[in-house]
Parts: sequence; structure tokens; C-alpha cells
Amino acid sequence: MAVPILKQGNYLIASIQAALTDADLFELRNALVTQVGRFRSRGVVVDVTALDVMDSFAARTLRDIAQMTRLRGAETVIVGIQPEVAFAMVQLGLTLEEVATALDLEEGLAYLRDRSKRTGPAIGSHGG
Amino acid sequence: MADEVLMDVSSDADIVTARQKGRELAGRAGFSVTDLTLIATAISELARNIVLYAKHGAIAVSLAEHGHRRGIVIVAHDEGPGIPDVSQALQDGFSTSGGLGLGLRGTRRLMDEFDIVSEVGKGTTVTVKKWLR
Repeated sequence: MAVPILKQGNYLIASIQAALTDADLFELRNALVTQVGRFRSRGVVVDVTALDVMDSFAARTLRDIAQMTRLRGAETVIVGIQPEVAFAMVQLGLTLEEVATALDLEEGLAYLRDRSKRTGPAIGSHGG
Repeated sequence: MADEVLMDVSSDADIVTARQKGRELAGRAGFSVTDLTLIATAISELARNIVLYAKHGAIAVSLAEHGHRRGIVIVAHDEGPGIPDVSQALQDGFSTSGGLGLGLRGTRRLMDEFDIVSEVGKGTTVTVKKWLR
């Protein structure tokens, strides 16, 4: 597994360490969707701080992760998009509008905690 | 130091290698981190188009000079199926591969110059340039 996934309480934290191939991204997606069920997780943080490129495929896979985990009852938040990566994404037209984002891991976890307080048990909640 | 890198592109691992090597060369040319990110992202999109549509191709990244301007040229070439309607392929939202439809159109926005030559049954060559500011 190219991306380690840590379980912290009700949340899963996936920290991307290096550039990922398409196969690595698919593996991450499948692992997260599976582990959300295994650990009954309410939230997922994907930390992309180490990514120096976010192309259309990576962005689409992150969007898929967010949508698939939401269907499994867990909210996903993407954290750590670097300033120049954000610039390139906007130029490319990848706005990830339907996916929650936060500045860093700390903010991401705060977002998830906040959200579960507001919505209670994640039954049919749909927002972000 | 070579002023050009030529890379075979036929797998998703090659996409990562291509953008890393391209970024390295562009870094030597003196581009800012922001521009390097745009260049690496463009290479990634071009390489993915090759793997997706043609299965196999090549990307050449080289330093360029034009008058007083210096920059980088990326040529992505394949002998795949070609694009029947290039102007349609460059339109907003158009995609035949289930992607976000941003490949070519997005790449054009990342770079300063964009040129595409495609012939059905023969292949596609995309040439993009970015100049140092």
C-alpha cells in the first residue's frame, strides 16, 4: 500500500507521502471505502501536502473517494493542497467544488468534529 | 547537462516519471515553483492522453530559445487513433474517455503556447511551450 491509512478514533487519516500512480490512487480509493466499513469510521482525512502535482485524474479520484465514502456514511475532507498546486488546479479547471477541503490535518479534523456535532449520527447527511 | 529529455510513455508509472523528469529540466531553466507546477501538470495531462487513447507514445521536453526569450518546449507524440475533430476535443466539457474532459483544453490553459496536429489513423502530436517571465 503506497499510502498509509491511520485510524484515529472515528476517523481515518490517509497521508500521501510521494507522487502516486493511477494504480496507487485506485488502491487508496478502494482501501478507504473498505476501511470506512471495517472501522465504522465517520470521517476521512486525505492529506495531500506532499503532492506537487494534482492532475485531472488525481482530482477525479479524490472526488470519487469523497462521494463513495459519503455513500458509506463517512465524510471526507482533503487537506494540504499547496498554493502552487491550487493555482495549477484552477488554471486546469479542477475546482473540486463538491469536496470538502481544509488547510491542514488539524483543520481537517476540526472540520469533521464540528460537522458530526452539527449533524449527529451520519444518517443520510449530505452536505459539504 | 543534457538540454532535452525524451521519455517513452506507455504506463501510468511513466506518467509520473515524465512529469518528474520534465519538472527537473524546467527547474534548471529557472522557472518559479508555480510555473514548474503548471509545467508538471501539463506533462501529466499530455502523458495521460497518450496512455488513455494511444496506449504508447513519447514525450520530449527541451529547453528553448526564441530571440531574447528562454523557455521550455514539450512535445507529446503518439501513433494512436488520432482525433477526428480537434476543435471539438478542445471544447469545454468534451471528453470521450469518461475523464473530466479537461485534458487538452486544460493543458492549453496551463501553458503559453499550444499547438496540435492530429490525423485519424496516424496519430497525434501536441506541442506546448512556456516562456520564462
